[in-house]
Amino acid sequence: MLEIFRYGFMNNAFIVGILIAVIIPCIGVVVVLKRLSATGDALSHASLAGVAAGLAFGVNPIFSAVIFTVMAALGIERIRKSIPKYGEISTAVIMSVGVGLAAIFSGFAKSANFNSFLFGSIVAITPFELYLVIGLSIVVLTLFIFLFRALFYMTFDEESAKLAGIPVTLVGGVFTILTAVTISISARVVGALVVSSMMVLPVAVSMQMAKSYKQTVLYSVLFSVFFVVAGLFLSYYLDLKPGGTIVMTGVVTLIVTLCVKALNGNGRRKKGEA
Amino acid sequence: MEHILEVVDLSFSYQGKPILKDVGFTVDKGDFLGIIGPNGSGKSTLVKLMLKLLTPAKGEIRIFGTDIQRFDEWYRVGYVSQKANSFNGDFPATVNEIVGANLMARTGIFGRKPKDYQEKVYHALKKVGMQEYGNQLIGRLSGGQQQRVFIARVLVSDPEIMFLDEPTVGIDVKSEEALYCLLARLNEELGITIVMVTHDIGAITVHANKLVCLGEDGLVVHDVHEPMTEEKLSKLYGYGVHLHGHNCLGCEHRKETEGRSC
Repeated sequence: MLEIFRYGFMNNAFIVGILIAVIIPCIGVVVVLKRLSATGDALSHASLAGVAAGLAFGVNPIFSAVIFTVMAALGIERIRKSIPKYGEISTAVIMSVGVGLAAIFSGFAKSANFNSFLFGSIVAITPFELYLVIGLSIVVLTLFIFLFRALFYMTFDEESAKLAGIPVTLVGGVFTILTAVTISISARVVGALVVSSMMVLPVAVSMQMAKSYKQTVLYSVLFSVFFVVAGLFLSYYLDLKPGGTIVMTGVVTLIVTLCVKALNGNGRRKKGEA
Repeated sequence: MEHILEVVDLSFSYQGKPILKDVGFTVDKGDFLGIIGPNGSGKSTLVKLMLKLLTPAKGEIRIFGTDIQRFDEWYRVGYVSQKANSFNGDFPATVNEIVGANLMARTGIFGRKPKDYQEKVYHALKKVGMQEYGNQLIGRLSGGQQQRVFIARVLVSDPEIMFLDEPTVGIDVKSEEALYCLLARLNEELGITIVMVTHDIGAITVHANKLVCLGEDGLVVHDVHEPMTEEKLSKLYGYGVHLHGHNCLGCEHRKETEGRSC
């Protein structure tokens, strides 16, 4: 047995990390394809404000993070409807509110606690958090599988989906809550600043090679699991922070994929010219 | 003749500005209705009202004999939007996935995929001549091919009436002619009632059997048996309009090769 697996805390880190790695890109595929990548970032900052508020007022920080993130997601939708032609303003506004509130509330919280939510504490998972992540993963995956076709249709063409009888407002609302809950709970594990990267990076890599929507989802999940496992190994053997190694594994994979794609494209073009 | 669609005294305003005022007409089973008029005359708004995507300020719309507010058999209605042309071209979805998605109109959101899912998708694509492209990514197709796929997406749920909002925007002349022929064939051979918004007056006067003209003087229902003159059109559009005939090359080609017109 590898040395890394002799420690209980590392085994827990792998279990929780892989579960989170499976559910985040399921949400991420829809977020990226709806061109709302920045929304994940804004929501993770809102969750940070929730964590800070929870720590400041003695409320469970995961619970307060969920409340803040749901409110932020609804806020983004509301502002987007008010300024439809400059919808991205809504993301920037909510991001600012998140950062502002996080800064204010963190002044009343212990900095060590707050920092663990910034970059996560995947190797210091409590049994409660372990069960929370397992429960959440089952809920998110079940709902994602049930809503798979509806979410696909809505993401591609919301108007036609509505005409086909899909209750787009209800499904959209459920998806918003799923996103908020996933971000809040994942923030505890991998860190608020890492969640939005994990939402976007595996999907970005997958889109470079997928030949269908189903493949895009499948490859995103596989890449995400690879980033977490490779990141945890690197973190253990190089003694680096796991949040950082997970994200950087993703970034390097994306750069390599883009380079390979560009080289292949050039090769094909040259063949065509010849 | 059975009225599939009845529009009675319909009015709609947007931000206080009246767009449609007391509009009324009927669509019968098997009609090919063209909606024409200058930009901003409310053509797309009218279609969205008929699809319940907007709510009228006044008036009534009845579809298949039922008030649109109570109508719930939307699988009988198909819609190819203007936006179908401007979707995210890099969306990683195959033609089969996009066409198959609309089967939810029949199965419902939690319904199981029908056993003959693949055949239904294949046949819908065959009706528009795109059956060879099922596994292609939608972004790899030309504008004309993409529009055919979007028509197949509607056909997969066997609609009785199809609404199209400027489906020829952004596609070349040859594909445009082929698209008109395809629509005429769906109308004649499958009996699908078609309601289509277009700026292409030359082509629509060839294929439609009824025209609704939205213009400065309100709505005019035009009988296609009377020729649409440049004078009438100029009055409707509020400026000089020159009418160029539509030779429907695709139809002529079909006539020569298959012995029948579209």
